[in-house]
Amino acid sequence: MTAADLTPTAPATTDAQRALAAGIAPRRWGSWYIAEHRLRGMRGYLPDAIFQSFGNPLIYLFALGVGLASLVPQGVGGVTYLQFVAPALMATAAMTIAANETSYPIMAGFKWNPIFFAMNAAPISPAQIVNGTMIQLAIRIVVTVAIYFGIIILFGAVPSPAGWLAILAATLTGMAIGAAQASYTSTITEDKGQMAMLQRFAITPLFLFSGTFFPLEQLPLWLQPLGWASPLWHGTELGRVFSYGLEEPLWLTVTHVGYLVTLFAVGLWATHRHFARRLNK
Amino acid sequence: MPHPVISARQLTKTYGDFTAVAGIDFDVAPGESFGLLGPNGAGKSTTMRMVGAVSTRTAGELSILGLDPNQHGPDIRSQLGVVPQQDNLDQELRVRDNLLVYGRYFGLPRRVIAERADALLEFAQLTDRAKAKVDDLSGGMKRRLTIARALINEPRILLLDEPTTGLDPQARHILWDRLFRLKERGTTLVLTTHYMDEAEQLCDRLVVVDKGQIMAEGSPAALIRAYSSKEVLEVRFGSDKNAEAAERMAAVGDRLEVLPDRILVYSENGEASLEAITRLGLEPITSLVRRSSLEDVFLRLTGRSLIE
Repeated sequence: MTAADLTPTAPATTDAQRALAAGIAPRRWGSWYIAEHRLRGMRGYLPDAIFQSFGNPLIYLFALGVGLASLVPQGVGGVTYLQFVAPALMATAAMTIAANETSYPIMAGFKWNPIFFAMNAAPISPAQIVNGTMIQLAIRIVVTVAIYFGIIILFGAVPSPAGWLAILAATLTGMAIGAAQASYTSTITEDKGQMAMLQRFAITPLFLFSGTFFPLEQLPLWLQPLGWASPLWHGTELGRVFSYGLEEPLWLTVTHVGYLVTLFAVGLWATHRHFARRLNK
Repeated sequence: MPHPVISARQLTKTYGDFTAVAGIDFDVAPGESFGLLGPNGAGKSTTMRMVGAVSTRTAGELSILGLDPNQHGPDIRSQLGVVPQQDNLDQELRVRDNLLVYGRYFGLPRRVIAERADALLEFAQLTDRAKAKVDDLSGGMKRRLTIARALINEPRILLLDEPTTGLDPQARHILWDRLFRLKERGTTLVLTTHYMDEAEQLCDRLVVVDKGQIMAEGSPAALIRAYSSKEVLEVRFGSDKNAEAAERMAAVGDRLEVLPDRILVYSENGEASLEAITRLGLEPITSLVRRSSLEDVFLRLTGRSLIE
C-alpha cells in the first residue's frame, strides 16, 4: 500500500463529512462548554465562595472603614480613608480569587483530577480548555466584585457616578494576575510547595506594596518600582480613578489599562502553549 | 478489507532520541475489533494517543475516518470514544453529572444528553449509583463509568487503552461482557492490552507490538497457528534441574522453550510428548497440558514473556 491508498473513498467520505459536521459546534463553542463544566464543579465549594463574596467585604470594610479610618480622620488625597481603600479592596478580592482558581485547580487538572486530558480527548482543544477556565474565572470575579461594590455603596464609599467602572478595573486586575499565574502553574508537574511560595513571595507582597492601604508615594523611592511593576497597583489606581476621580495624568491611566491588558494577553498566550505542550505531547 | 476507518503507514513517534513508535502500518475495518498486544513500554499507548488525535505524529501517514488528525483533530475526536489507561473522570462531580458535562463537549443538546446518560448508566449497571460521588465507586465501576462516558457521543470508534488492567477477575468479566455487546452492535473497537486472554476474548484481529514495532499480525487463532503449536506441555523439574532435563529432551515435540521455572514443550499432542519424556527416564515434578495461547506467540516472537 502507498500513501495514495489513504485517499478517502465513497463511504469513508460519509464518515469524514459526518465528522466535519459534528466538529463545528465544539470548534465554535468549546470554551463555553468548559466554562459550564467548571461552574458546575463550583457546587462543591459554593458555600465558601458565597462567604468570600459577602463575608470578606463586610469584615474588611468594618475593620478598615470603621476601625482604621478613625486613625486617619483627615482622609487620603481629599477623600475619606474608606473611599480611598474601597477600590483597592475590590481589586484585592479579584486578585485573591484569581490566585486561588489558577493555583491548585490548574495543577489538579493535569495531575490529581486529570480532567484536562478527558476534555482534550473530546473535541476540545487545549486553548479552549484554557479559555473556558478563564471565562469561569471572569464570571466568578465579576459576581464577587459586583457584590463587593454593592456593599461599598451601602457604606457610602463611592462618590463618583462612574464608580461602577471600578468593577471592570478590578476584574481586569484579577484576569491579568490569573493568566500570569496560570502560565506558571500549568508548567508544574510535581508539587514541591510552589503554591505556598507563590502566595508568600508574590501574592502577599503584592497585597502589601501596591498602594492598597496607603499611597505608593509613602514608600521610600527605591521601593516604589515594586508598585509600578505590580498589576495590583495598576488595577487599584485605575479603580480609584473611576470610583472617586483620583487625579492623575491621562497617560498614566492609559498605562494602567495597557499594563493589565498586556499582562493578561501574554499570560494567556503562554498558558495556551503550556497546555498544548502537556496535552499533545 | 472494506474502506478502513483507521489507516496508518510508517506511523512514527519519537521523543528526542527515544523512538516510541517505529514506523508501523495497520488498517482497521469498520465494525472490527482490533487489538494491540504487547508488554508495557511497547508503544501501544502512544499509538492510541496518535489515533485518538491528541498526540501529533513525528512522521508517516495517518488517516482516521478519512481525515488527517493534524488538520482535523476536533472533527475526528467528535466521532471517537476514548477510555484511557488511567481513569480521568471528574472526581468533583457526581456519577451522572460526569456524563452530562462530557456530552456537552460534543455540542449535544441537553435533552439528548440526559436521555443517553440514563441509558448508558443502565448499560454500565450504575443506575443506582447515579448520584454517588465518583470517589465512592469501586475500580470496576469507575471503569464502566469511563466507558459509559466514552459512549455519550455514540462514537464510530471506541479506543480502549488497557481497559481491564488493575481490575479483579469478576470486574473484568463484567467489563468484557459490556464490550462484547458493543461489538455486537457494530461499534469499531480498538484496544491495547497485555493480557492474552483479553485479546483472545475481544479481538477479531490483532498486531503484536514490541519496542515500537509490529512483530506479527492476524486473528488470535491464525497467530497461534502460525507461531505456535496446537498444544503446549509445561513440565517442571525444579529450578536447578530444568536446564539439564531440557538437554536430554531436546528431540521431544516441535520446539522447547526453557524458562527459569519451567520448560515449555510445543507439540501437536501434549500427552504424547509427556509419554516421550517419561520414556527418556525423566520424571517431572509437575506437568500440565494446555492449548497454545497468545502468550506463546509473544514468547516465540520476542523471546520474552508478556508480563514481567
